[in-house]
Order: sequence, then C-alpha cells, then structure tokens
Amino acid sequence: MKLTGAEILCESLTRLGVREIFGYPGGAILPVYDALGKSKLHHVLVRHEQGATHMADGYARASGGIGVAMATSGPGATNMVTGIATAMMDSSPVVCITGQVSSKVLGSDAFQEVDITGITMPITKHNVVVAKAEDVAHTLREAFLIASSGRPGPVLVDITKDAQQASAEFNWEASAPKLPPKRRRNNHDQVEFDRAVEMLNTAKRPIILAGHGIMVSGAMRAFEQFVRAGNYPVAMTLLGIGCFPANDPLNLGMMGMHGEAWVNNAIQEADLLIAVGMRFDDRVTGDLRTYAKSARKIHIEIDRAEINKNVKVDAALVGDAREVLERLTPLIETRDHSLWIRHITELKGDSAVRDIQSLPDSGHLYAAHVINDLWKETRGEAIIVTDVGQHQMWEAQYYHHNRPRTLITSGGLGTMGFALPAAIGAKFAKRDSEVWVVVGDGGFQMTMSELATIVQEKINIKIAIINNGFLGMVRQWQEFFYDKRYVATPLVAPDFAALANAFGIRGERITKRAEVVPTIRSARESSETVLIDFRVEQEDSVYPMVAAGASLSDMIRRPNNPLVETATEP
Amino acid sequence: MQTLVAYVENKPGVLNRVSSLARRLAINIDSLTVGPTENEEIARMTIVAHTDERGAHRLEASLEKLVDVLLAENISTRALLERDLALIKVSADQQNRPHLMELIKVFRARVVDVAPESLIIEVSGTVDKIDGLLEVLRPFGVLEMARTGRISMTRGGDLLQPPVSGSAGSELESTGSNVK
Repeated sequence: MKLTGAEILCESLTRLGVREIFGYPGGAILPVYDALGKSKLHHVLVRHEQGATHMADGYARASGGIGVAMATSGPGATNMVTGIATAMMDSSPVVCITGQVSSKVLGSDAFQEVDITGITMPITKHNVVVAKAEDVAHTLREAFLIASSGRPGPVLVDITKDAQQASAEFNWEASAPKLPPKRRRNNHDQVEFDRAVEMLNTAKRPIILAGHGIMVSGAMRAFEQFVRAGNYPVAMTLLGIGCFPANDPLNLGMMGMHGEAWVNNAIQEADLLIAVGMRFDDRVTGDLRTYAKSARKIHIEIDRAEINKNVKVDAALVGDAREVLERLTPLIETRDHSLWIRHITELKGDSAVRDIQSLPDSGHLYAAHVINDLWKETRGEAIIVTDVGQHQMWEAQYYHHNRPRTLITSGGLGTMGFALPAAIGAKFAKRDSEVWVVVGDGGFQMTMSELATIVQEKINIKIAIINNGFLGMVRQWQEFFYDKRYVATPLVAPDFAALANAFGIRGERITKRAEVVPTIRSARESSETVLIDFRVEQEDSVYPMVAAGASLSDMIRRPNNPLVETATEP
Repeated sequence: MQTLVAYVENKPGVLNRVSSLARRLAINIDSLTVGPTENEEIARMTIVAHTDERGAHRLEASLEKLVDVLLAENISTRALLERDLALIKVSADQQNRPHLMELIKVFRARVVDVAPESLIIEVSGTVDKIDGLLEVLRPFGVLEMARTGRISMTRGGDLLQPPVSGSAGSELESTGSNVK
C-alpha cells in the first residue's frame, strides 16, 4: 500500500496506540496536519508549543504511557526546548515530532529553518532527522521504543517536508525497529549483590530512599514487599511521592531541602541507606561531605551512569528496580528495627508543634491551610499537578498521596509554567480522575494562555492559584540570604477570577480560611473547569529549609512564634 | 589520563554526539581518533581524556546510553598497545642533514619527503617516543607537524569486539518497552 510520509506518520501513531497529539500547526508540518484531519487521532490545539510538550509530559506521567507533541519547524521547534529538557530531567517518555524544511534546502537558512536536532542533542535521549518517506514508520517505532525503555526520556523526530509529501510503500510488519546492536552488560554482579544482602541483614538503623524509578519500573508491589520484609522506614524524593502510601506508618515523608526535619535527621543518623530509583540530587543530599556520614549505601538504579555520580556507594545494583527488589526480598532476614523506628517517631514530635496547622487561627490564610483542606476534601485521591516554588513544596508536605502517579511536578528542571499544561495532558490520560492544578501566581502567568485550550477542549480541571503577590521561593531566599532585599520578586497579577471569566471559565477569589472548604466543595461539584484565586499570606516561608550547599543536619526551622502577618484585608 | 575505546554506528552526527557528551561532562579530550572497522557499518574510536577514574566511568556509562554507541569501555588499567603517528617537517640544510639522518635512524623513523631546505619525517609509536623525537628535532627548526592521535588496543587474548546484531541482541529490544 502506497501512502505519503504524512499518512504513514498518522497510521504509525495510531498503531502505536496514540489517541491524542498535543500540537500547533505551521508551514513545514502542514502535510501531516492534512493527514491528521483524515485520521482518528485527536489533535489538541495548544496556545504555545511549550504547552504541547508539557501536556505530552503530563499525559505520560499520569498514564505511564508515552505522550506525543507536535510542532512546525523553526520557532515551533525551539519553543519545545524547555518542555523537552523538563521531560529529560525527570525521565519522562515524550515523543516530539517536528516539521523541517525540505531536504533540498536543508542548511540554506530557509524560512523557519532551525537545526533542532543539534539544539536538542543534550536534552533528548535520542533525536533523528527523517528525510525519506520510507524511513518514517520504522523511525517512529524506534522513537517510541527508545523513549519508553530502560530509563525513559524524550525523543525528537524531525521530518522534512518532502519526506511528508513523498509516497512510499507502507508495510507495518516490515518496519520493525532496527536499532544498533548493544553490548549486554552483566548487571547482576554477584559480589555486589552478596555485599548488599550482608549490609541489609546487619544494619541497625536502615532507611530507604524511594525515588521516581520505582514508579517508572512499575515496582510498587515489589517495593512494598521489600519494605515489609525488612520493616524499613521509607523516605521519599519529590518525584518518589506516591510510590508508597503516605498513610503507611513506615512512610516518613519527603527528604531533602524542604523535607521533613525528622526525615533528614533520620538520614543523617542512619547506618544504611537503601536508595531505590533515585539519583542523589543536590536538593536531596545537601552538602555531600557531611551527607549520611555514618551510613553505608546500597544503590539500586537502572542507569549505570548514576552510580557513584554524586554519592559514593558501597554496593551498586544496576538494573530494573522491580527485578532487583524481587531478588533481594527473599534474602532479608533481619526485620526488627523497632528501636530505630521509635527513635524516628520521637524526632517527629518536635516538628508537630512547629507545624503551621497547629498555630492558632488568626483568620489569615496560609498556603498550607489551602493545601491541607484540599487534601482532606479530595481524600487524597485527586491527581495534583504542581508548578515550581513554595506551593510545590507545601503540596509535597501537606497533600498526602497514597497512589502512584497522582503527584505530577517538574522536579529536576524546576520548570515554572509546567502545571497548567501538564494538568491538561494528565486529564486526557485519566479522563475519569479529578485533576487539580496547584500553581503560584508567578508560574501561572507563564503559561496561562492554555486556559483557552481547556475551553476549546471542554475539559474539566480545577485550578488553585496560591497567590501571594511574590515570586515566593525567590523572595524566601532573598529574606534568608539577601537581607530581605526583594529585588524583582514582588509581582503584579491580573484579577485571576476576572481573567478566567474572560476565557469563559468560572473564577473565584478567596481571602479567608473559612471560605476555603466551601469553595473547594462547590468547585468539585461543577462539571466544568473552575479557577480559584487563593490570596494567601504574602511573606510566609517553606520550613524546614536546608540552604543550598549546607549540610542536611543544618535546617532552618519554622520559628515557634507566629509569623508577622502581612496579608492585606480585602 | 584515561583511555576509552568505543564502537559506534558509522554514520553522520555520531562524532558530534560523542564529543558533545564529553563537553557536557566538562571532560577535556586529549585525543580522539575515529576509523572504520572491518565492518563498514561500525567505526571504532579511541578517546584519551583528561579525567580521573570516576570521570572515565561516567563518560563510559554515559557513552553507552547513546543509541548510536554499541559499546564503550575504559581500558586504562589493562595491558595496552598504543600507537600515534606523526609527520614532522623539519628544516634541513647541507650542513646538519647528516646529523638529522642519524637521529632519525635512532628513533626508527623515516624520511618520506626530501626538499632542498627541509625534510618530512614519518614516525610512529608511543606518544613518549614521538615526543622524544620531537624534542631532539626542535633545535633544527620544526616547521610543521601533523599527528593522528592515539589508537589503542588491548593485548593478546583480551578481545574487545563490537556486539553483533542478533547474537547478544540489543539491550532495548530484549528489554522491550517498560511502559505500562
């Protein structure tokens, strides 16, 4: 059967199980859009190509499948760069398809020509130019396989316009992926494995560091059995949240820069760290010279390049988390860590008094209140998509996730503007799930044009803007480390509720704590998108905080005295 | 200094991916040579990098993550044979020519071009040997030099062969997609 390259692309995407494509048309991708119109694929028209990549990313993270974004050549392609880097840092399987000028004029600075494969080389797992119609099908299959296998990541496929227009024989069976033969490494080094088992069975104060890799590997069950077998307390990375239920007594909460104090203290006192599918990011470790000094370390990780990258480990088990955990669990003999767990519980006590939820209600609205109420109202079952900054950390602290893939956030790259488009993608992946965007007033203004996408697609998501009139996290750093010189952090925002109305979306503005729950309830009852502008305390900070480069033991704690309150009464 | 050998797909852009990776890791490359193997689809690289063992591990592991890299291996600690080749154009007049010829003989180099005012000397061997010759030639006046960079091979039965398609199988193909 002879088809054009564009038709082959659409047919291949359909056969690969794609339902939605997030994209934006343009000259160099027009043949594909013409073919899209004749296919069963649903195209979601975004308002900016960055939004398309975040939507594909949100789709991938919520579903565990692959998200697809599409754009034209030149500026369409370069607008994708931030979204691609975001997916790369968080190992998210996204396939980006870009149009390219015809192969005859490649390299001639043609209109809207840009070397997008050159630009994205360091931020993709792989990228490729397709200049012939007959290469479209197998290249796309290879792209999907690469994006989703091993440690996942984004793949960009750049297709020249003439390859889209030319005809070629389409034969799905004959276009199986043809990847270069790879050396298979022996990942199961018995010496390392035996050493790990010995460490597990002799540790007195073990703690698990649970990361995103557990979810990527689909190792939740194997992980739970491992935890139960050794009765290990579990600390989570930001992206690990959800891989183990928050309501389990062994789940301590988040570690790192804004991790719970008892978690960081427990890590510093531990004699064994069992790191699973995490990469010892600087936000997790703080100063490496003082990090978990008395602990031996086991690292279970699929990516060999992560071993000994930041933290030198005593046993490296390279491989898929589920496979490694399933091999380890039957060999665990020691499971009585009750003294150690009791000690961690004692550490916890001090934090409870400092918790903002325990402060007397002054009538002022704190972000933590909003997120805590949202957690209670949704019984922790919503998919929460957060942006980057203070609200992101408060969400991680106060929204307790019991199920995997229910917290979607940009961890590694810390991309502001991620939340709104990623939530749209998540909603397409999980149409029956309740999806909430938790976003700051800064990040929201970066990609709020996607409100129009929500309206055009008639989808139902809820948007909670944690509005403190500042670029809050930067303001917090200025407060702590720059003597409160708030340079370029106070920011003016539009009336978000009125803005929502202009898009045809219901908007609310909340200034008092008593209004939070009723408004959340009413928003949840609506079958349409609702935006709520929560005007929260302006100069609240996220506690505890480990300053960048400081030791994990050296935390800035929430002052015991109530804060100076700055929110203006309406 | 660390020596790595990589087998890569013999196609455009691969060299860029490899060198770009070293740049990202802030590893300075001392020498990088690429040449075809007996299989025309596969090229072999010898990479000599200014880094320590830990940096070499990262480079090796990161290289193997590239789709177009079939195998990468740090061979620094193994028994190696290494060769570099240089063409050195040195000024030579009637007076010093006999002296030069003697030195060339000692270094087992050879003269490959003779002109009234200069000679081109070809020398191959270890980096130390070539550096040694260069040192003694310098007083005569080195006019130009071109070096190939180092190629390395492990000695004896210590084989480092490219994986063959079908036999070991691609890591990706055998693992398959892990997306649920």
